Amino acid sequence: MCRSSSDRTPLNRRQIFEARQRNRSIVIAGLSTIAFVLILYLAVPLAPGWERVKASFFNGEIFVKTFPTLLEAFLLDIAIFAWSAPLIALVGLLIALCRSTNAPALFPLRIFGALYVDIFRGVPVVLVIYLIGFGVPGLGLPRPWNSPYIWGTVALVLTYSAYVAEILRSGIESIHPSQRSAAICLGLSERDAMRYVILPQAVRRVVPANMNMFVALQKDVALLSFIGPVEILRQAGIYKSLLANFTPYVAAAVIFLAVTIPATRYADYLLSRERNDRS
Amino acid sequence: MTEVKLKLSGVTKAFGKQPVLQGIDLDIAESEMVCLIGPSGSGKSTLLRCMNLLEPIDDGVIHLDGVDISEPGLDLRPIRRQIGIVFQSFNLFPHLSAMDNVLLAPLRVLGKSKANADGQARELFTRFGLANEMHKYPDQLSGGQQQRVAVIRALAMQPQIMLFDEITSALDPELVEEVLDVLRQLRDAGMTMVLATHEMGFARELADRVCFLDQGKIVEQGPPDVIFAAPKHQRTRTFLKSVLR
Ligand SMILES: Nc1ncnc2c1ncn2[C@@H]1O[C@H](COP(=O)(O)OP(=O)(O)O)[C@@H](O)[C@H]1O
Ligand SMILES: [Mg+2]
Repeated sequence: MCRSSSDRTPLNRRQIFEARQRNRSIVIAGLSTIAFVLILYLAVPLAPGWERVKASFFNGEIFVKTFPTLLEAFLLDIAIFAWSAPLIALVGLLIALCRSTNAPALFPLRIFGALYVDIFRGVPVVLVIYLIGFGVPGLGLPRPWNSPYIWGTVALVLTYSAYVAEILRSGIESIHPSQRSAAICLGLSERDAMRYVILPQAVRRVVPANMNMFVALQKDVALLSFIGPVEILRQAGIYKSLLANFTPYVAAAVIFLAVTIPATRYADYLLSRERNDRS
Repeated sequence: MTEVKLKLSGVTKAFGKQPVLQGIDLDIAESEMVCLIGPSGSGKSTLLRCMNLLEPIDDGVIHLDGVDISEPGLDLRPIRRQIGIVFQSFNLFPHLSAMDNVLLAPLRVLGKSKANADGQARELFTRFGLANEMHKYPDQLSGGQQQRVAVIRALAMQPQIMLFDEITSALDPELVEEVLDVLRQLRDAGMTMVLATHEMGFARELADRVCFLDQGKIVEQGPPDVIFAAPKHQRTRTFLKSVLR
C-alpha cells in the first residue's frame, strides 16, 4: 500500500528522495517540450518550400470556407459507420460462434468460419471495397440494388467482422474451462452455457480491443469514396480540384482526429482498467 | 444403512495411456457421507467427475437409484442436475451476483417461475447465513462465502447427491470452518454426500465411511475410527502418517 498524499505524517528519507526525483523529472520534461516546440516553430519556416506549403495546405481562409460543408459530408461517414457497426458486431459474433463450436455435426461451420476469417483478414480493405463495390453492381442489378452504399457497407462488414470474430474468439478461449464445467454440472446445455456464462464474460473482456477496431472502421469508412458516395474525403477532393488547394484535406484530417483521438484514448483507458482489474 | 443411492461397479478411466481409475467398486447409501482421501494424483477428483458424468468412463457401470446412468448415448442433462458438485475454485460465475448465480439453473433448466425460484433461493441464503450477501458479486465475497454460495447454487437444483472436491483446500485457514459448518448442516439434513478432502479431522468427526485411494484404486475403506486408528494397509499407514504428522 502506498501512503496517500494527504497523509500528514513526516516523510522519511526514502519518501523525501522520491519526491525530489519526481519534481526533477517534471521540470526536465517541461523544459524539453518547450525547447522542442520552439525549435519546430523557428526551424520549419526556414525550409525553402515553407511559404508554398503554407499557402497550399494551411490556408486559413479556405479552411474556414470549406469546413462547414466538410463537416456536413462527415455526417455521411458517421451514418455509414452507424449502420455498419451493429452489422459487424452481429456477423462477427456469428463467425466467432462458428469457430468456437466443437460439436462434430457443426464441423463444416468451423471450417467455414476459419476460411472466412483467413480470407477477409488477408485482403486489404480497399481491395474488398473495389471488388464488391464495382463487381456486384456490375452484374446489372436493378435500382436500388446497385447502390454503392449497400455494397460498400457489405465490403466493410465482411472485412471488419473477420477481425471482430477473431477478437471475440480469443475472448471466448480466455474464459477458464471450469466455468463451462460449472455450468454443465448445473444441467445447462452447451448452448445455454455459452449464452449465459461464457459469452457475457468473453464480450466484456474484449471491449477495449473491439473499441480499437471500431476506431479503425471510422477511418476506413472514407474508403467508400472510391466507389461513389460523396462523404468527407470525396468532398475534400472536390474542393481540392475546385480551389487548387490542399487545405480541405487538412480540414478533413482535423475532423477525423476530433473523433478518433478521444475514442482511442477511451479504449486505452478501458484496456488499462481491465488489466488492473485482472491483476 | 438404508438402500444404495449411487453404485459404482468396476469403473475405469484413463487419460490417454495413463490409467487414472482402475476398477472402482463403491456403494453409497442414502444419507451416507463418504470421504475420499489419498495422495495428490490418486484419482479423487477424477472419480467425482465420473460420478456426475462430467468425464465419460471407459468401462464399468454407474447406477443412480438402480438406474444405469452410464449407458452410452443417454441424455446427461437430467441426470447431472440430480448430482450437485462443488469444485475447489472458480465455481461462481463472476459476471453474475450471488443471487443470479443461484437463480440461473432453476430458471433456465428447471423452467421455474422467477417468483418461485427467488423465494427458494432466499430461503437457502438465509439458511446458510448469507442473507446479507446475496446481491454481492463474487469478487466482493470472501473465499469462504464464495464456496458457500457455490453450495447453495448446487442445492437450488434439489439434487439427490452432493459431491465436493476439496472445497476448502484453496481457502485461508480461518475461512475453512465456516464452509465445513455448511457441510455439517447438510449432513444433519440427511443429504447423501461424497467428499474428496484433506481435512482429516473433519473426515474423522463426520464421515460414515472413509475410502483411501491410491493410484486409481480403493486400497482400503471403512468407518473413520477403523481407518484412522488401525489401518490395515501399509500404504494407508504411510499416507496417514504424512498428513497427520
Ligand atoms: N483432464 C486430464 N487430462 C489428463 N490427465 C488428467 C486429467 N485430469 C487428471 N489427470 C491425471 O489423472 C491423475 C489423477 O488426477 P486427479 O483425479 O486430479 O487426482 P487427485 O484429485 O486425487 O489429486 C493425475 O495423474 C492427473 O495428472
Ligand atoms: Mg483433486
